[in-house]
Amino acid sequence: MNITLRVWRQRDAADKGRMVTYHVEGISPDMSFLEVLDMLNERLTMEGEDPIAFDSDCREGICGACGLVINGLAHGPKQMVTTCQLHMRSFNDGDVIDVEPFRAEPFTVIRDLVVDRSSFDRIIQAGGYISVNTGAAPDAHAIPVPREDAQDAFDAAACISCGACVAACPNGSASLFLGAKIAHLGKLPQGQPERHSRALRMTAQHDHEGFGGCTQIGECEAVCPKGIPLSVISQTNADVLGALAHGGK
Amino acid sequence: MTITESTQSEYYTLGAPIADEKAPAGPINERWDTRRFEAKLVNPANRRKMSIIMVGTGLAGASAAATLGEAGYHVKTFCYQDSPRRAHSIAAQGGINAAKNYRNDGDSIERLFFDTVKGGDYRARESNVYRLSQVSVEIIDQCVAQGVPFAREYGGLLDNRSFGGVQVSRTFYARGQTGQQLLLGAYQAMERQIDAGTVEMFSRHEMLDLIVIDGRARGIVARDLVTGEIQTHMADAVVLASGGYGNVFFLSTNAMGSNVTATWKAHRKGAYFGNPCYTQIHPTCIPVSGANQSKLTLMSESLRNDGRIWVPKKAGDERRPQDIPEDERDYYLERRYPAFGNLVPRDVASRAAKAVCDEGRGVGPKVDGVARGVYLDFADAIARLGRDAVEAKYGNLFDMYEQITGENPYEMPMRIYPAVHYTMGGLWVDYDLQSTIPGLFVTGEANFSDHGANRLGASALMQGLADGYFVLPPTLAHYLADNSLDPVDENHPEARATKDAVVEQIDTLLSIDGERTVDSFHRELGEIMWEYCGMERTAEGLTKAIGQIRALREEFWRNVKVPGTNNEFNQSLERAGRVADFLELGELMCIDALHREESCGGHFRAEYQTEDGEALRDDENFAYVAAWEYTGAGAKPVLHKEDLEYEYVEMKQRSYK
Repeated sequence: MNITLRVWRQRDAADKGRMVTYHVEGISPDMSFLEVLDMLNERLTMEGEDPIAFDSDCREGICGACGLVINGLAHGPKQMVTTCQLHMRSFNDGDVIDVEPFRAEPFTVIRDLVVDRSSFDRIIQAGGYISVNTGAAPDAHAIPVPREDAQDAFDAAACISCGACVAACPNGSASLFLGAKIAHLGKLPQGQPERHSRALRMTAQHDHEGFGGCTQIGECEAVCPKGIPLSVISQTNADVLGALAHGGK
Repeated sequence: MTITESTQSEYYTLGAPIADEKAPAGPINERWDTRRFEAKLVNPANRRKMSIIMVGTGLAGASAAATLGEAGYHVKTFCYQDSPRRAHSIAAQGGINAAKNYRNDGDSIERLFFDTVKGGDYRARESNVYRLSQVSVEIIDQCVAQGVPFAREYGGLLDNRSFGGVQVSRTFYARGQTGQQLLLGAYQAMERQIDAGTVEMFSRHEMLDLIVIDGRARGIVARDLVTGEIQTHMADAVVLASGGYGNVFFLSTNAMGSNVTATWKAHRKGAYFGNPCYTQIHPTCIPVSGANQSKLTLMSESLRNDGRIWVPKKAGDERRPQDIPEDERDYYLERRYPAFGNLVPRDVASRAAKAVCDEGRGVGPKVDGVARGVYLDFADAIARLGRDAVEAKYGNLFDMYEQITGENPYEMPMRIYPAVHYTMGGLWVDYDLQSTIPGLFVTGEANFSDHGANRLGASALMQGLADGYFVLPPTLAHYLADNSLDPVDENHPEARATKDAVVEQIDTLLSIDGERTVDSFHRELGEIMWEYCGMERTAEGLTKAIGQIRALREEFWRNVKVPGTNNEFNQSLERAGRVADFLELGELMCIDALHREESCGGHFRAEYQTEDGEALRDDENFAYVAAWEYTGAGAKPVLHKEDLEYEYVEMKQRSYK
């Protein structure tokens, strides 16, 4: 296959940035999209050009490091996969493909396709945990958890923190990411004591980072590679309202 | 002169024996309690004044950082990824072992201990493995309390499954994403400490050297990967939880960034490297599809329960699998191992696949002229159980396979091939997890300690969390309480010299401006390692590999091309430093494999096998840990032997007949 890539190039946060066109030949349909970028980077290096910077690590869809907007879609045209799992057989010979970073105000571009997602870590710091010190745990069977609750908690906990939800949202909201953690911990008996304070603190941090509000458009759910359902956002709203009804405690 | 003696004189020298002096004497089930009781404590008020550097934020690093932060120490944590939650522990699928005996099926701490020592082919330290089994029970409690959503039964209690051929069900799991959920538990506990101000996080930072002052680990030099700034961080102790080195093979199931730099730089500064040649090669991975492949993906081993493995009888048979009649297929595992068939142990299955592909009978696309794949066929299982039953059992794995290969395994047999998965070797540590450099501790896959020559399934997660949550915190506290350390700062001559050396190496890498990319060297090194230090090793091949690696390393430092500058986000530069270290490690792995004239676990020397092709150990001469001392670039390493004694488990030939 021969493909034309139009790639966002930006030297650093201060640079304005631009799309640059590259023709890549000799692509096998079995190659992953990121392997095409690898191949192009080998060529650019030998030609004395700077290779294209992009994040990726596990390359099996679980670490959440990779994430590109491909032809306008976060993680590209296939549903329920991350960028690293996208293979060239999803494209046609001769295609022109636009490649851009995950854009949002809090996601500052570090270089080319690499953005700063440290705001996600700070949202977790604001209560995205259960406060239990090492050694203080009771026996694992002390509190039974209904099977369905455990499964619901797992479904929300499957979030990989990639940021596709933010990139897809017209409001630049991280509500799906936020709601995934609130729903995960809020579904479990261990998460109940801090349920209200967690929802309030994490939501405040989300807003403080500059993410927008949720207007239930649903683009986030459509691009989420792990299928996190929109209902986790309702859970956030319910927990925040519950907390306010308790006087914000 | 025997082979051993000639190898010794040419490739290494023999040093004084080494021994673990920290495990207390007495009955094995009391040793950890005794050690904890004898360990000195640090007054809570003093902890705030003590600082610890943690390199790596996977299970072993994040769990330790959280626990030490909770205790009140000042912890500085480093990871090369953009977030600590991306460490490669996250990719572990299967589960975590613990001797809870919730199934009442006869499990116990003793049985987990026994299984692990035997599984490691009698090359692990008994005291450490026993402690691991004891602590396993507490890990599950801790994770449940953190909100890890383990699989549960209808009654609300935790579910278990069996794993890797053991006779009990002791594996706890969270669908096929156990590593992810355990890591998020540890990550969240650590983020809580960041919020509390005890842990300071340095993401997108990479440790590039260890600072040793007066013989003690006192800090690191790290590069800020965004700005390129070279920083000096000082502390009272340093912990390396930086994972394994499987990426020396270029293609592996490790993450793209997984590397050996932290442990290798510590090795160069005096930490002995234990059993570097012990590598685990997993039989069921998706094969390489082309010359541009960047990494390999594991498919759960459970598929071998129902899939039948075969290749065509005739070499070069390029017919579609469904066009090859039954009597022209070779179900080679069933033929060679009628008792165990497709369920032979990992190492045997892996070697057999390599052998048939070497004969030209491999299937799938050719890479460099050879097809490296074998069929894993579910046609019989679908005929026997029905498609629905097969889908219920393996549906998610079939989907994943189809996503990567574009082939539907319900209609076409899967193609699989072995791949590098885990490294049992690592920095040598004593019972306290302290390396041969005082003040330098090593946890998780980065150390060598608990798996011997072969790791059992679902034991890596157990070890990472055991080290981080429960073992390291008391032993590290003892070190801090037992030693009065002079304050040092970044202007100490040793700190400055270390930083200068790091800057010099970066300048050199950037100035060579040769004709080959970093990746091309990495790929070539990987090919050498895979060919000669992979599934099957011989003295002849290893000798050849050492020569080739030396030549490649020499070329690297003369002909590598690293674009850009230091003062920017420069991924080529990051990789160049890592590959430079792999080029040194690879040679030591080959020397270790060459000197170990026996087969054990994941180390298979073709010259030493039983009539059935099983690993043939030589307990008389090789029941020891090989701890290697670095003596300088290109100089012969020194071998220190730690004799292994088995007081509780009887050494036997592993058998699966």
